[in-house]
Amino acid sequence: MARFLIRRLWQMVPTLAGVMVLIFVLFNWVGGDPAEQLAGLIADPVRVQEIRASLGVDQPWWTQLGLFARQVLTFDFGRSWATNEEVRSIFLTRLGPTLTIMLPVLVLETVLGVLLALAVARVRGTLTDRHIMILCTVAMSISFLVYIIVFQYLFGFQLGWFPVQGWSDDPVKNLLVYAPLPVLCAVAVSLAPQIRLYRSFCLEELEQDYVRTARAKGLSESAILLRHVLRNALIPILTHVAIHLPGVFVGSFLLEKFFSIPGLGREVITAVERSDFPVIKAVAVSLAVLTMLINLLVDLMYRAVDPRVSYK
Amino acid sequence: MKSAPVALAGAARPPPAAGLSSGLLALAWRRLRRDRVALVSMAVVAAYLLLMLGAWSGLLARDWSREVAISYAPPSWAADAGTSESPIAADASGRSGSAADPARVDLTDVDPLAPRYAEWDRRAAQLQVTEQARARTLPMGADKWGRDVLAKAIKGTEVSLFVGLSAALLATLIGTVLGAFAGFAGGWVDDLLEWFYSVFTAIPGILLILAFAAVLRPGLVNIIVILGLTGWTGIYRLVRAEYLKHRSRDYVRAAEAIGASRRARMFAHILPNVSHVSLVQLSQHVVSFIKAEVILSFLGFGVPLDQVSWGTMLAEAQAELVVGKWWQLLAATISMAVLVTAFSMLTDALRDALDPRLRTERNPNP
Repeated sequence: MARFLIRRLWQMVPTLAGVMVLIFVLFNWVGGDPAEQLAGLIADPVRVQEIRASLGVDQPWWTQLGLFARQVLTFDFGRSWATNEEVRSIFLTRLGPTLTIMLPVLVLETVLGVLLALAVARVRGTLTDRHIMILCTVAMSISFLVYIIVFQYLFGFQLGWFPVQGWSDDPVKNLLVYAPLPVLCAVAVSLAPQIRLYRSFCLEELEQDYVRTARAKGLSESAILLRHVLRNALIPILTHVAIHLPGVFVGSFLLEKFFSIPGLGREVITAVERSDFPVIKAVAVSLAVLTMLINLLVDLMYRAVDPRVSYK
Repeated sequence: MKSAPVALAGAARPPPAAGLSSGLLALAWRRLRRDRVALVSMAVVAAYLLLMLGAWSGLLARDWSREVAISYAPPSWAADAGTSESPIAADASGRSGSAADPARVDLTDVDPLAPRYAEWDRRAAQLQVTEQARARTLPMGADKWGRDVLAKAIKGTEVSLFVGLSAALLATLIGTVLGAFAGFAGGWVDDLLEWFYSVFTAIPGILLILAFAAVLRPGLVNIIVILGLTGWTGIYRLVRAEYLKHRSRDYVRAAEAIGASRRARMFAHILPNVSHVSLVQLSQHVVSFIKAEVILSFLGFGVPLDQVSWGTMLAEAQAELVVGKWWQLLAATISMAVLVTAFSMLTDALRDALDPRLRTERNPNP
């Protein structure tokens, strides 16, 4: 166990180094000279030189890469070019709203997705099953944007069930008043692909021998599904959820933009719009680290769910 | 693939790859033809491709940016939907009605420009103004500037489908070539490419796309490059696994024994046997890239301002919906949904036809 952990942590070092180089190449070479952008249209050469010196872009590239590495290791990415706010504090203050939206989404879509998939798996092969699958394919082909535009218009603007957009300082009010509509949008969008995927996981398990045994033993179909199939199908389902877990932290940037939620996703969009490189760099590197840690955590979780998995 | 005898026989014939791949494809084609859903979706996709070519060659929707109708002209089949109650439509239908405006007060005493109005009116009368006849309704309505929504949707189809196809081709090319090298060569090449893969997958996909979008200007070529460079990882992984499986098969060894070079074995012998994986992935990625392009263009990181895509149409539609003009939203949504549904169904059918063992649906890039 300890050896497994150490080995996995050690493997992260080259990946993290690669992520740093990728981000560095992208923003320091492809991105062009930041000083030109910062100085604006009426660029005074002296001023440009000053900005270059203060950002360190007049240094040779290896010094700059070292500088970036130190930023990553100390988690201190300097200040935003656009607002002069400390990037670290941007990160920490925007995380709350993002999680307020995305954690309910994650829980709801997984629970609903699994339950509905089990229900569809129960009627597998029937006309209902076929119709639901076609419905899912059609639902998946409509853009996320359309769901948000229509839901916001219908439930927020026309029917007035929810506020069209907004956010407050009170976490409870946020969760109960402002979060439901974005959560509803996200769940509605993700339900169709989830049902399709989880249904296929369930069908795969239904072909196994242990299901035939359970059926021969005289168990009811519901008992087979809930007690045997579900527990085995949980392994691929967990993998799927885990792969998408890092996305939770960027939040759904579209939702945050549409509903003006001051979260991480909206911050990224604004940063891209303003070419605010420090913020994008910080978010990209931090999420890469987070992704690797989550992947490790998932591997450990497999062990808890499935005793057959061993550490190699 | 039970390809060993075929490939051996093929090695004796001059073009080994061609003989084999046509056999595989012919078999798949026969399976596809039996599938009615597949045929219908193929027809729909083909129609869209024709639409794309038509718009690209200028035969269709060349004048999409001309203002041919009144602002927010409603669709002809729902003409009463857009009765010009809305202030914007009323304003655009002509300023002649404003004389009856009760709020109009005689300001001649205080208006410093008043003495000159008569002169201006006289001069304006001398100018030749050709007032273009503007349609009251259009088949699919008009947008704020009176541009034909149907023409915009066709032009948008061209852009969105072109971006989806090209980006998917680029991603499949990168993924297949890198996967072939990693799986076939092994050793340090494999290690290096695996490291590359882990770096690209460490950053969540959408964030990587946005990071690329931050440093590249919006433009048709750039968005294709962005999607292609960030979307190859899943294809790489699958192709690499196939090459790992195939590289020590008997038919490859036999090819090696008769002196086929490494490159010949990789691309002439193994590639036709694993190309079905790439083909299915290509088809799957077209769908996900079309969706991605729509979102990027919506945010303004996609196509440039002087072009139209389903994403920019949706961006306009958001504001239009609030004033009750729903037709642009409907046109963009339907034209996209029909294509994406047909393409997804075609992908499923293609996968079933090309590789009946892979009947489960595992979409690595939903």
